[in-house]
Amino acid sequence: MSTTFWIIVAAAVLTYFTRIGGHLVLSRFASVHPRVQAGLNAVPAAVLTTLVAPAAMSGGLAEWAALAATALVSLQGGVMAMIVAGTAVLILLRHLTG
Amino acid sequence: MAAHSNRFEFWSGAARTLPLIIAIAPFGILFGALAVDNGFTVAEAVLMSAAVYGGASQMVGIELFGQRVAPWLIVLSIFIVNARSILYSAAGGRLIGHWSAVQKALGFFLMVDPQYAETERRAERGRSISFAWYMGLALPIYGCWIAETLLGALFGRLIGNTHALGLDFLVPIYFLSLVMGFRQRANWLPVVVISAVGSMLVYQILGSPWHVTVGALVGVLLAAALPVRAA
Repeated sequence: MSTTFWIIVAAAVLTYFTRIGGHLVLSRFASVHPRVQAGLNAVPAAVLTTLVAPAAMSGGLAEWAALAATALVSLQGGVMAMIVAGTAVLILLRHLTG
Repeated sequence: MAAHSNRFEFWSGAARTLPLIIAIAPFGILFGALAVDNGFTVAEAVLMSAAVYGGASQMVGIELFGQRVAPWLIVLSIFIVNARSILYSAAGGRLIGHWSAVQKALGFFLMVDPQYAETERRAERGRSISFAWYMGLALPIYGCWIAETLLGALFGRLIGNTHALGLDFLVPIYFLSLVMGFRQRANWLPVVVISAVGSMLVYQILGSPWHVTVGALVGVLLAAALPVRAA
């Protein structure tokens, strides 16, 4: 088998450990401290933010406006409306600012 | 009766996948195209999507592969990008604690960013997370991810100007829409602000992929340190 194959297999095994690891560790405890609960409740916002922020930082006016439009529409609309609004602003501004 | 309600649950999960598949499709096709560009065979690209199943980590992996970086370093980098899954696993495990061991083993394999976020949102609305609903959400995403990789690997050179079409920025827009979906949670704003600042600083100082892990940990630690709001 090629090196590439083994890279993929090793990466897959380690990735699977990350996907079950947190649960395996946490399930050893009979009760979860309220502060740990509070931390875990913040996981979605904390992790997903780190996937947006550096991309926003590397972007320009069009990218910032697109994210602003997405955030604005989120106050009223659903996920699909947010994506459509954000993408529409992005495409429009990229064409204008070229 | 049980079979009927399982089918209903499965399809109500599947019904939520459309916006998600649209947002992720360009990413999957791009991965397939870049993988072949960087020296993967089509079969290897598809295998990676099926076995690792983590878009951002796969991108980092093939980029390093193209730069002829040592194999162990490629594997380590993929692990670091995916380390955020440990948090998903700990937090998400509370929502699927009632599943059998086999169901959990499969469920955690499929717990990628959108899968985890949708699961949290359903739980937030007071709904229980059934295995059937979860699979209805997970299987279309997983199947499309593999199919997109194959398409990109085979026909990647046919993609036009992804920049003009906005395709390269669809994923950040989609993730922001997910972040906004959690804004009712305790300490949401301070967590988002500190995770954003933390990840941008680390991105500048240490570079990718550390910004994800460190930025997320800072936000989680802040939430744990702030006064717990009385229920």
